[in-house]
Amino acid sequence: MRRLSKNRDMPIPAIEIENLSKDYPYGFLSLKKKRSLENLSMQVQTGEVFGFLGPNGAGKSTTIKLLMRLIFPSSGTARILGKSIEDVSMHRNIGYLPEQPYFYDYLTASELLDYFARFHGLKAEDRHQRVQRMLKKVGLETAKKIQLRKYSKGMLQRAGLAQAILHDPQVVVLDEPMSGLDPLGRREVRDIILELKKEGRTVLFSTHILSDAEMLCDRVGVIVGGKLRGVGTPGEMVGIQTQGMEILFELEEREKKFPILEKATKTGERYRVQLPEAELYGALDELKAAGARILSVAQIKPTLEEFFMNLVDADRAQANAVEVSGQ
Amino acid sequence: MRNVWTVARNTFREAVRDRVLYNLVFFALLMMGAAILVGQISIGIEDSVIVSLGLTAISVIGIFIAVFIGVGLVSKEMDKRTLYALLAKPVERWEFLLGKYAGLVMTLAVNTAAMAAGLYVALWTVKHPLERSDWYLLAAVYLILLKLALIVALAMLFSCFTTPFLAILFTLGIYVAGVYAEDLRTMQTVDMAPSTLKMMRGISYLLPNFENFNVMGAVSHGRGVPGRLLLQDTSYAILYGSIVLVAAAVVFSRRNLK
Repeated sequence: MRRLSKNRDMPIPAIEIENLSKDYPYGFLSLKKKRSLENLSMQVQTGEVFGFLGPNGAGKSTTIKLLMRLIFPSSGTARILGKSIEDVSMHRNIGYLPEQPYFYDYLTASELLDYFARFHGLKAEDRHQRVQRMLKKVGLETAKKIQLRKYSKGMLQRAGLAQAILHDPQVVVLDEPMSGLDPLGRREVRDIILELKKEGRTVLFSTHILSDAEMLCDRVGVIVGGKLRGVGTPGEMVGIQTQGMEILFELEEREKKFPILEKATKTGERYRVQLPEAELYGALDELKAAGARILSVAQIKPTLEEFFMNLVDADRAQANAVEVSGQ
Repeated sequence: MRNVWTVARNTFREAVRDRVLYNLVFFALLMMGAAILVGQISIGIEDSVIVSLGLTAISVIGIFIAVFIGVGLVSKEMDKRTLYALLAKPVERWEFLLGKYAGLVMTLAVNTAAMAAGLYVALWTVKHPLERSDWYLLAAVYLILLKLALIVALAMLFSCFTTPFLAILFTLGIYVAGVYAEDLRTMQTVDMAPSTLKMMRGISYLLPNFENFNVMGAVSHGRGVPGRLLLQDTSYAILYGSIVLVAAAVVFSRRNLK
């Protein structure tokens, strides 16, 4: 049963972060401080898949490490399932996959999972069954007796995922779960996340790959330079600004010349042309008349890199404006 | 305590799989060589030489393992980030620390026991049957183990707040200073100002007195170890070790991981 907050008839959010900041001391005698996270406040609702988006060094991993008490906040608080992150018992209901996980390489996958399961107080028989089930789920059943030092990066990622969900946690926190995986591995991780969602679990995962977020997330939070830039659906946050249309086509008669062709770039046998949305139907008519075979028509969306760069540029412009007005 | 035991078991397993106990082969070869050589060159004092050599080897090998693996217990986990997944489980940081400590002390206990058995075999080859006084050796081995447990605690404390290299230097430095703590306390020098002597005496009380655990001379000459000394040394090691481990836990509990 979902717990309700005292004030409103709303279920308690799975994760609540209030004004969380983190400074790292550096320099002589650690007198200087670098702020890597600034007054982060956000909530992840129970049962949703929440994507934490941002470029490298934006503060995603810092936030997750703070939630997992691997590092300690300079100010602010956070609660998971209503319990303060300082309360160790909250970890009974949390699963965590670190970024680029590395485990005891002298253990086999079975031994590793059994080791972690012991911290959840599971009985021997239950542990054995869960370990076997998880190994099957992440596709490591045939490699369960091999020491982890012989595992590939992808296999380690799967072992990491297995230990994160071994104890049926209500909240699963995954730091860059797709990083270093081949397309098949990424697909499998995506399927596991969707399965967790179907089971009603809350998933928070960080990524800098937009397509993953678009495919999986109910909501995303975008963080740049340690500051949260907004929370919303993936469409609201990134995909709203269509930059135009792109048509991919092939030509039967190659000698034929027409205006659109002059704007197109040729790759192999195919032509690609980008144009404003208003000109789309005119261009399609022209191509049809020229006997072109249209292969695809797609919206041009900003890449995540462009999206982040826009945010960074906006920050700089705002800082400059403040500086000028101050002069 | 379940979490402490789980971490300790895994630490012991790590030591075994990382071939830490391979040092026993070196010890066995040393003892075999010594037994053969001593039989030829020392007439009448073979057993005394074997006991001195064996106990020294047990102590030196143990110190080597206690310092180098002791420092790596925590720092390796932080460097390799194996700690991340573990601390996200319902485990207190002090439980992890105590488990690592117990795991290495278990490893040292097994290692020391195996070396002691090897020493008895070497002793038996130069003198049989063994005499009653030869069993005093066990008391010396026990005190070496207490000393090693204290060194592991110190190594762990230093590794909680500094680099592995400096932690090794600090631990070895404290060990050497601790061996001479007694001398520092009783030093009488006319050239030294009374305030300096007072300060040195103060420092000598802060340092772990490792000479307390050394009964090698007595045992190698067939003299017994008083039960009272064993009790005193055990209490001292427990008290001093607990203080060091609590300090390590306090430092580690607020440490930001990379």
